[in-house]
Amino acid sequence: MTARPEALPTQEMTINMGPQHPSTHGVLRVILTTDGEVVTRAVPDVGYLHLGLEKIAERLNYSQFMPFTDRLDYLAGMNCNCAWAWAVEKLAKIEAPERAEYLRVIVSELNRISSHLISFGSFTADMGAFTPFLYGIREREKVNDLFEMLCGQRLTYNYARIGGVSGDAPPGFLEKTREFLDYFEPKIDEYNNLISYNKIFVQRLANVAVISAEEAVAYGLTGPNLRGSGVAFDLRKDEPYSVYPKFDFNVCVGSGERGQLGDCFDRYMVRINEMRESVKILRQAVDQIPEGPVMAKVPRVFKPPVGEVYFRAENPRGENGYYLVSDGSANPYRAKIRAGSFVTMNIFEKVTRGLLIADIVAVIGSFDIILPEIDR
Amino acid sequence: MNPLNAQAIFDTLKGKFGDSVVELQSEGCSPAYVVVAPGSIKEVARFLKDAPALSFDSLMCLSGVDYKDNFAVTYHVYSMANRHSVGLKAMLPRENPSLPSVDDVWPAANFQEREAYDLLGIVFEGSKDLRRILLPPDWEGHPLRKDYKYPESYHGIKV
Repeated sequence: MTARPEALPTQEMTINMGPQHPSTHGVLRVILTTDGEVVTRAVPDVGYLHLGLEKIAERLNYSQFMPFTDRLDYLAGMNCNCAWAWAVEKLAKIEAPERAEYLRVIVSELNRISSHLISFGSFTADMGAFTPFLYGIREREKVNDLFEMLCGQRLTYNYARIGGVSGDAPPGFLEKTREFLDYFEPKIDEYNNLISYNKIFVQRLANVAVISAEEAVAYGLTGPNLRGSGVAFDLRKDEPYSVYPKFDFNVCVGSGERGQLGDCFDRYMVRINEMRESVKILRQAVDQIPEGPVMAKVPRVFKPPVGEVYFRAENPRGENGYYLVSDGSANPYRAKIRAGSFVTMNIFEKVTRGLLIADIVAVIGSFDIILPEIDR
Repeated sequence: MNPLNAQAIFDTLKGKFGDSVVELQSEGCSPAYVVVAPGSIKEVARFLKDAPALSFDSLMCLSGVDYKDNFAVTYHVYSMANRHSVGLKAMLPRENPSLPSVDDVWPAANFQEREAYDLLGIVFEGSKDLRRILLPPDWEGHPLRKDYKYPESYHGIKV
């Protein structure tokens, strides 16, 4: 031993991670300032996918904006569709028939499962385990098949309508959904056996980027990221909308089971457990769904009364809120989209301080961000 | 848990801040808005967060709106402890719209304030980091303004 490490001269270095980097889940650029392997500062630079959706919304009527919401969180298009429909219905005081509400809940929960599967798959792939990604995709294909059966689309659904849904469930859809649930539920145990409790995987996530409950609330984390910090808050339970109050399910929260409460592992585990709860909701929904129409009598172009509403729904990536201002015309005067991923990125710089470069990848994966929703 | 309605929240704020709290706007609005003088938005925010009966610890959504005659910043806030929510609104003049930043009351505000600055040109004084967020730093104008003129080109590229 000739030179001790502390005697070596070190210099801070600035590195770009992204915008084109496989682990940033889209075109996210992170400007890293590093001291060796240790990140002293990681500043996210967002906006590469800015579509100007809020400006577009002002030029279209309420129904015409529906397909654009698919492009927000393209892994959970159904959830974004339904949230837009619920928000506009709240503004225009329209009520959708009960069967339509059930169908919305069914597609929302199916989409939550498929979105969490991608989150699970890409997160584990980021951590160096590629196989689980293929397992996640395998099951997600079955959800896509169901959606294709329902509305003809596999990714951008445009299924919800203001006042209902675009079409009733075709014959055999509910049976196929039941079959999928029977097939899918045991797979969750398979994922846990395959990767969740794998020692290397746990060590990559446990005690990394710990977020306390107070911080999570203060920084506006929502959805699984908030619940990962142990806050039992779920809009489906705490600000119930649609027919969610009719279903019995649990709110999954982090428990610090492999490390500190609020670490990357807790956020990961919340999503795995939530898939089980979605299955629970789906079983009840397909059993209880009433007969009836799926569309209220709503003209294609309608003029909501002057007013302002804020509606928020529980999406796979947290709170998807729409703040709508109506001036009484057929187009929204202002439509602000509050996206879970966008607000989540706010805490990124704070939680990544002092981590290793490899941990940055774990943090991005554990937040389960999606870029079109950040950049809108 | 003791949820308050918008009227009760407004009365509490009116009692504490007097003329800085202008009115309760509830016609057609959900949630109802407490209209606050822009200069005192930070004190009101601090009080909303710290008073135990209110304890609004969660900023759901911060948005800028262009009402043609003037701008507004709206804050949708929620209390995890009391499970109630309310809207706050600050009306700003069209010339040089600016108001104090609330990002040290609710850290969640920062990105959304940057967004309102970027797209509407509203300045948040005392913000930790007020830069454009979605558009490039050298973009001209603020696209969500109702009188926005679309540029013909950006760095020689036709828009």
